[in-house]
Amino acid sequence: MRHILSVLLENEAGALSRVAGLFSARGYNIESLTVAPTDDPSLSRMTLVTTGSEDIVEQIKKQLNKLIDTVKLLDLSEGPHIEREMMMIKVRAVGEDREELKRLADIFRANIIDVTDTSYVVELTGASKKLDAFIKAVPEGLIVEVVRSGPTGIARGEKGLTL
Amino acid sequence: MELTGAEIVVQALIDEGVEYVFGYPGGAVLHIYDALFKQDRVKHILVRHEQGATHAADGYARATGKCGVCLVTSGPGATNAVTGIATAYMDSIPVVILTGQVPTPVIGSDAFQEVDTVGITRPCVKHNFLVKEVNNLAEIIKKAFYIATSGRPGPVVVDIPKDVTDPNRRIPYHYPREIRMRSYNPVQKGHLGQIKKAVDAILEAKRPVIYTGGGVILGEGSETLRELVKLTGFPITSTLMGLGAYPMTDAQFLGMLGMHGTYEANMAMHETDTLIAIGARFDDRVTGKIEHFCPHAKIIHVDVDPSSISKNVRVDIPIVGPVASVLQDMVRLLREQGREADRAALADWWTQIEQWRGMKCLAYDRTSDKIKPQYAVETLYKVTGGELYLTSDVGQHQMFAAQFYPFDKPRRWINSGGLGTMGFGLPAAMGVQLAFPDAAVACISGEASILMCIQEMATCKQYELPIKVVLLNNGYMGMVRQWQEFFYESRYSHSYVDALPDFVKLAESFGHVGMRVERPGDLEGAMREAFGMKDRFVFLDVIVDPTENVYPMIAAGKGHHEMHLSPERELA
Ligand SMILES: Cc1cc2nc3c(=O)[nH]c(=O)nc-3n(C[C@H](O)[C@H](O)[C@H](O)COP(=O)(O)OP(=O)(O)OC[C@H]3O[C@@H](n4cnc5c(N)ncnc54)[C@H](O)[C@@H]3O)c2cc1C
Ligand SMILES: Cc1ncc(C[n+]2csc(CCOP(=O)(O)OP(=O)(O)O)c2C)c(N)n1
Ligand SMILES: [Mg+2]
Repeated sequence: MRHILSVLLENEAGALSRVAGLFSARGYNIESLTVAPTDDPSLSRMTLVTTGSEDIVEQIKKQLNKLIDTVKLLDLSEGPHIEREMMMIKVRAVGEDREELKRLADIFRANIIDVTDTSYVVELTGASKKLDAFIKAVPEGLIVEVVRSGPTGIARGEKGLTL
Repeated sequence: MELTGAEIVVQALIDEGVEYVFGYPGGAVLHIYDALFKQDRVKHILVRHEQGATHAADGYARATGKCGVCLVTSGPGATNAVTGIATAYMDSIPVVILTGQVPTPVIGSDAFQEVDTVGITRPCVKHNFLVKEVNNLAEIIKKAFYIATSGRPGPVVVDIPKDVTDPNRRIPYHYPREIRMRSYNPVQKGHLGQIKKAVDAILEAKRPVIYTGGGVILGEGSETLRELVKLTGFPITSTLMGLGAYPMTDAQFLGMLGMHGTYEANMAMHETDTLIAIGARFDDRVTGKIEHFCPHAKIIHVDVDPSSISKNVRVDIPIVGPVASVLQDMVRLLREQGREADRAALADWWTQIEQWRGMKCLAYDRTSDKIKPQYAVETLYKVTGGELYLTSDVGQHQMFAAQFYPFDKPRRWINSGGLGTMGFGLPAAMGVQLAFPDAAVACISGEASILMCIQEMATCKQYELPIKVVLLNNGYMGMVRQWQEFFYESRYSHSYVDALPDFVKLAESFGHVGMRVERPGDLEGAMREAFGMKDRFVFLDVIVDPTENVYPMIAAGKGHHEMHLSPERELA
């Protein structure tokens, strides 16, 4: 099953490589990983998407918790949560395609954030599946480049993943 | 007090109560060596190879329970130390390794003797640090000792760039007495609810087995373990790493379990209905094929590291906590219950176990005119009266020692189990002998293993360490030859140790005593003579039967009930 894990890490040099090293050394799947400092600059928050049997995911969580730099870990998939990913997609936009792409962006509530005579950059935020759907919806041959942030997530409700 | 970075390193070791540092100098650590020179509180032991430094610090830690310390230079010094670091890591041994690094301004420029020590060691340490600022040095060293020795112990590397130890820069020194880390809080006590569940299961058990491991020794749980075993009357077996935590001469002890474990221990594992695992990690050498592992058992597992629990085998009653306190709670709750397990069932179970014991799975040919390695270990036991610190290298000799030298105390059997590092034995014995200068310390080894750290004989001479090397010389990498005999139709590919040195002369050339024994009748006398030389390092080259194999044996991928007992006695 797919799990989305949120990890608070000490914002130390090398903390990221410890996580990456753990996954490669133990042969765990890693679908995506995003990391950035939090409002407390001494902490980073990492969101990690992984897949595996329940036993493996249990081990992944234990191993992540075991890292000395890990302050807290939450498996968002265990409760109601919100998942968001950001995508910027550069498309070729000439002639009739310009209108078509604009309409598509509107339907998906995406923003066109860069325009040239021949191209758009479209920005879209949402659940990863929505991003996948947008990519599928773009007419064949128009995609120049896709950049995705990888998912980040937060639990619903008033409780927070804080110290 | 204002100190330089180098002085801070040394002062921190003093404040930490460190007796010995095992090390080898080089450019990046010269400031530290200069600071060592100017004091006499911390004793430095000059090894002859950095691998020796790590194993010696490791042996010291295993024998004393204290943290071992080593100091090596950057680049090749650090890479030479890696095998020893990984060895300590696999067996959860507390060691702090100080490595020199090139100065911070040139890190990343492929400077002379630069390697990414933090990167190279990351997968085989509990944690590591790169000290970027002398102001952080004292606190990082404190953290290193704290992390290495608490929770599930392990090695911690502190990488110190040369400019951090600059002799021209002084800063105020303060060594924190205690340290707290928000990201690291090892469990201090087991969950009482879980322990109660375990006690209930223990009281319901009909065919129980207690299976203990290195964690009982690491966590100083031996005393309470003895109480538990006596209180319950249950049979107990141990992994290679846990030997001595419970007296091996006691009737309730079934011998080691696993690949080369006893018939009675492995059969009891196969038939048990309640397995009580304590400080053991269900290693593949122990479980054999997982599908056949303890097929009838409810499993209780006590371990301080949550990631050890349900890693290889799914357990029914997990208890995360340090062995000593969990066992105390367990014993207390059992006493409070005032109930007993099913005595009649337990008596039947013991009858069954005695039947298995009756197979005498460790029997060997006592009439041979060659020295059998088993006989050599038995004689070693007889001569030393069980009062030995015995370190080991890796191979058949290690297994024979585990099977035939019954340890009655913890921290007496010192060997590399998880990594299985040939070359471990001799340097580890140095650490043990320094920790206990008056104790009898021996290293059991093979002619292949001993050559991997043979240079440490010079260290033994320099510090006059009266270690006894007992070499079971079979002329082969015996353990490899055994596998080739069983699984490769006796094609002994590169396992014959050709062109061996004359070990007697070799020992003598290092300034030691060398002796050779070739006949069974001479062995006991030779050993008595060797151990009689209390202030000399003696190298005893024992020529043993080259064809002997270690039995019982469970082949890889087989279950506990599928043991080979000997060539003559195959089980169905
Ligand atoms: C040639 C060769 C043959 C071998 N054959 C065998 C064999 O036949 N049988 C065998 O048993 N082994 C054998 N081994 C050793 C094997 O590879 C493993 O090293 C060994 O089985 C592991 O022992 P252990 O489970 O006690 O774990 P250890 O490595 O000692 O681990 C200790 C466990 O205790 C936990 N722990 C640590 N401190 C505490 C504490 N304070 N409180 C609670 N828990 C704690 C740790 O988290 C860990 O899970 C062999 C090795 C070699 C080299
Ligand atoms: C550093 C290292 N290299 C290789 C091995 C694989 N290995 C395990 S046992 C063994 C042979 C050991 O031979 P010896 O020391 O003579 O002991 P014996 O088995 O003959 O008692 C080898 C090569 C190892 N464990 N460690
Ligand atoms: Mg040999």
